Amino acid sequence: MIETLENFANHYNFFITIFLMISGLFIVIARGNLIKKLIGLSLFQTSVYLLYLTPAKILNATAPIYDKQYSTYSNPLPHVLMLTAIVVGVATFALGLALVVRIKEAYGTIEEDEIFAKDPEAE
Amino acid sequence: MRLDLILRVGAKLILPFILLFALYVQFHGDYGPGGGFQAGVISAGMVILFAIIFGVRAAKHVAPPRVVEMMVPGGVLIFAGTGVVSMLLGYNFLDYTGFAHEFLHAHEWGILIVEIGVLVTVCGTMIAMFYAFVERGRT
Amino acid sequence: MILAAAERAQTAEQAAGAAATVPKDPAMAAVTANAETFVMMILLTLLAAITLAIIRQRNMFGVVILASIYSFLMASVMLALDAVDVAMTEASVGAGISTVVLLTTLYLTGSVEYPRPRSVAIPLFVSLVVGAALVWGTIGLPDFGIADAPIHKHVAPTYIEYSKKHEMPPNMVTAVLADFRGFDTLGETTVVFTAGIGVLLLLQGGWRTSGNSRRDDEDNELDIDGGEA
Repeated sequence: MIETLENFANHYNFFITIFLMISGLFIVIARGNLIKKLIGLSLFQTSVYLLYLTPAKILNATAPIYDKQYSTYSNPLPHVLMLTAIVVGVATFALGLALVVRIKEAYGTIEEDEIFAKDPEAE
Repeated sequence: MRLDLILRVGAKLILPFILLFALYVQFHGDYGPGGGFQAGVISAGMVILFAIIFGVRAAKHVAPPRVVEMMVPGGVLIFAGTGVVSMLLGYNFLDYTGFAHEFLHAHEWGILIVEIGVLVTVCGTMIAMFYAFVERGRT
Repeated sequence: MILAAAERAQTAEQAAGAAATVPKDPAMAAVTANAETFVMMILLTLLAAITLAIIRQRNMFGVVILASIYSFLMASVMLALDAVDVAMTEASVGAGISTVVLLTTLYLTGSVEYPRPRSVAIPLFVSLVVGAALVWGTIGLPDFGIADAPIHKHVAPTYIEYSKKHEMPPNMVTAVLADFRGFDTLGETTVVFTAGIGVLLLLQGGWRTSGNSRRDDEDNELDIDGGEA
């Protein structure tokens, strides 16, 4: 029993990561509002940040900034990858929102079903 | 919004410190958390806060759209240009060893210049995006 | 700058002579490790709760505010995971720029999400199957926070070694970002640049300003906004 609980606690980060990931996936598939879909995509993206940062952590270690007092540091490499991914993520997110704005101007709506109804060829 | 005195005075108090913090994050990035990406976003945030409170027209006097649009490719050019300079000095692309006599010193110079390139591009892109969205709403 | 580095090294030496803040006692180390795990678990549970709220909320303004809260919580999680640079970026980008851009978009598009007539059974089923497969995949992963995990064996020790030998700045993330993996960052900066140009092209150029010339081969039914030229 204790062992199962310990195992659960040790993998709790991954479980939450997976939960965020499938929530993002669910929003992208199930919701029709294009902005909501984009927010779902960014949820999916943040779950990937967690997926990278979780293995980088070492318990009782410190942030990867060198100081004489500390000997163990968390792994800096995933931090670098995720740092750039966040900024690139917001830039591409804004690009998606710009596309949504143009869709709104062309079709008068951002609900997927209504767009399909107005434009039968799109389906 | 025009008559919101507390908001305007409070913002005036905060704005210079936001910019100062952005510069601190930029130039202290070698020793503490921070760097070009964060500083770029924070300084863009300052311009956006200014635009929200004092209007986009006033913000365009502070950060003219022409300059902002020049910043978008400018930072990438600074970054890539650093690589070309290091090649001209006889090292690999983006190997900063030739910038000074000492290894640490040279690499700190290289990192500083490259981070400025990142700051310029990120800051310019964020402000340009904000202007683009706001302008779309006006017409 | 070299002077600042030397100064810093000196103060660090002085500090090392005083009190070391790392717990040397193994029992104390176990307690702090458990505390770290516990804090992490609470933050992650809050994150999951916010995600459920985002799924259920239909008013898009509410969703934007929840997404902002989500970003701040995510920044706290990243801070607890020792990723200070990433936490700073997430707090300024996710809760700052992203929220502002979303709000300006909502101004242009309207803020209510209409419920869809379709049932959610199929999306829910797909998500749960994917989730089950991923949970199955976690079985073989190493435990949280152990120093012997394979990820810590390859390139990371080299980066840490460089900073320890004073051949790179103390902040290893900056050193890796701008120096060791400078190519990578150049590529990422180019992506930001490209996305920025894309937004400008979509929102400033195009149909509104350049008249009808680009629309000749398009179907005119799409011309709802009407050319201003």
